[in-house]
Amino acid sequence: MAIDSKVVAQVAHLARLKVDQADTDALSSRLNDILAMVDQLQQADVADVAPMAHPLDVTQPLREDEVSEPNIRDKAMAIAPAAEEGCFLVPRVIE
Amino acid sequence: MHTKTLTELKAGLANGDYSSRELTEHFLARIKQYDGELNSFITVTEEQALAQADAADQAIAAGQSNLLTGLPIAHKDIFCTEGVRTSCGSKMLDTFIAPYTATVVEKMAAQGAVMLGKTNMDEFAMGSSNETSFYGAVKNPWDLERVPGGSSGGAAACLGARLAPAATGTDTGGSIRQPAALNNITGLKPTYGRVSRWGMIAFASSLDQAGPMGQSAEDCALMLQAMAGHDHRDSTSLNEKVDDYLGALKEDISGLTIGIPEEFFPDTLDGAIADNSRAAIRELEKLGAKVVSVSLPSIKLSVPAYYVIAPAEASSNLSRFDGVRFGHRCDEPQDLEDLYKRSRSEGFGDEVKRRILVGTYALSAGYYDAYYRRAQQVRRLIRDDFARAFEKVDVLMGPTAPETAFKLGAKKDDPVSMYMADVFTIGVNLAGLPALSMPTGFINGLPTGTQVIGNYFREGQILNVAHKYQQVTDWHRQLPTFGGEQ
Repeated sequence: MAIDSKVVAQVAHLARLKVDQADTDALSSRLNDILAMVDQLQQADVADVAPMAHPLDVTQPLREDEVSEPNIRDKAMAIAPAAEEGCFLVPRVIE
Repeated sequence: MHTKTLTELKAGLANGDYSSRELTEHFLARIKQYDGELNSFITVTEEQALAQADAADQAIAAGQSNLLTGLPIAHKDIFCTEGVRTSCGSKMLDTFIAPYTATVVEKMAAQGAVMLGKTNMDEFAMGSSNETSFYGAVKNPWDLERVPGGSSGGAAACLGARLAPAATGTDTGGSIRQPAALNNITGLKPTYGRVSRWGMIAFASSLDQAGPMGQSAEDCALMLQAMAGHDHRDSTSLNEKVDDYLGALKEDISGLTIGIPEEFFPDTLDGAIADNSRAAIRELEKLGAKVVSVSLPSIKLSVPAYYVIAPAEASSNLSRFDGVRFGHRCDEPQDLEDLYKRSRSEGFGDEVKRRILVGTYALSAGYYDAYYRRAQQVRRLIRDDFARAFEKVDVLMGPTAPETAFKLGAKKDDPVSMYMADVFTIGVNLAGLPALSMPTGFINGLPTGTQVIGNYFREGQILNVAHKYQQVTDWHRQLPTFGGEQ
């Protein structure tokens, strides 16, 4: 399944990455090399094979609903690029 | 002091031959002297190291030594360390001071380890040459024009040159074992879930696993003893008893059955690489092991399956870097979308962006079944192949990497050829099995390694196989000319 620069631009938008127009051709060519290699998966006979998410088929463990972690809100806010009064600052989203 | 293994240094400290401060100062001096050229560290934590060393000396004097008391160790810069920059090799986290400490680092510190600093790595652990780091490529101490492998390339290089006596690494597709092979050290990837991933910056969560990198299997056993164990903060961490890894090294290996997967010795493999691994297997035969041939027919699809699953998980994990809560933020964003897009595009390097795009594409509407679902099905076939092999054998062996260290820049513009550096290591991650790489000789002065793969939770057994081999050979004691003076 080859992709062209138009698909690259769509996928880049989904991933919130900015790709310069000048780079899209080179980038699609690299991505197509990777996808061509990945296409070997189509050779596999996977009829009736269940997808495997965990090698030991472990399921999600449950625990009591208790507070177990300290509150590090101040430490976490301190590393934000822009914060004020306990809120993260972003450009205006509502006019 | 730097020519001694971690195990020997532990004995030296207990014996009073030197103090932890002397030991720590010695390695800090070596880093100052040699790392300008090697570039194996991103951050050296001299002050903290000396404070930890002094505390260790007091503990030793008070007769309160733990497993790693006073022993200097370098941590891969993927582990969060409170108050110390944790960059993950990325511009995105260049100024990120972690607000908490990873379980692995915490557990080793609790056993008395001294942290020398944070080692260089491929950006977000994506790479097999350590050339994708924002902080520049690391050089291989065996030949400064060659790569150290990756992504734990800084850890392997600093250990190869004995700028640190031991290091931690992480392995998603071979990132401990491949650089271990290329730098003549021993490195172990434990069973998936054996070591906590809490505080370890996520790349591909179903594959990532931390492990020890040392001068010998014995050193790795000592470190793993401190690292392993259940952690309620990591829901994928397994609640299984931790074995006595040092005790396991005392077991007899006569009667051990070694399986040789024919797929690990393809016709296309460099003959000298094959010869070194076959010679290592023969040494173990001399010690009483039996050798049988086995087949892992689906393993040929491990690289393609990995390059769907790992980028898919990475594209999801790395969506947290949005320029809002932590990490790089672009200047003067026009609007929220511009903030996201420019922060991410400026903060991530080319290989990381490629993988995010591949992963996003593989997970996007209409392609999920063809890529992600199919890769997860192939993953089961690969795991089942290993399970069938382990019905007949105790361990599997073969070369760790298909070639010795390659020249810096040689594969830079050819991602697919770079991905093939992990052709023998990736299957183990997909299956979640433990495996180590041990030094097994040289080709034209460059190290080669052989992989020993075990069944789930058999870390003790594979460490013992490597330990027995290292008692009758001295490949692992060979040092590079660079920085390796006796």
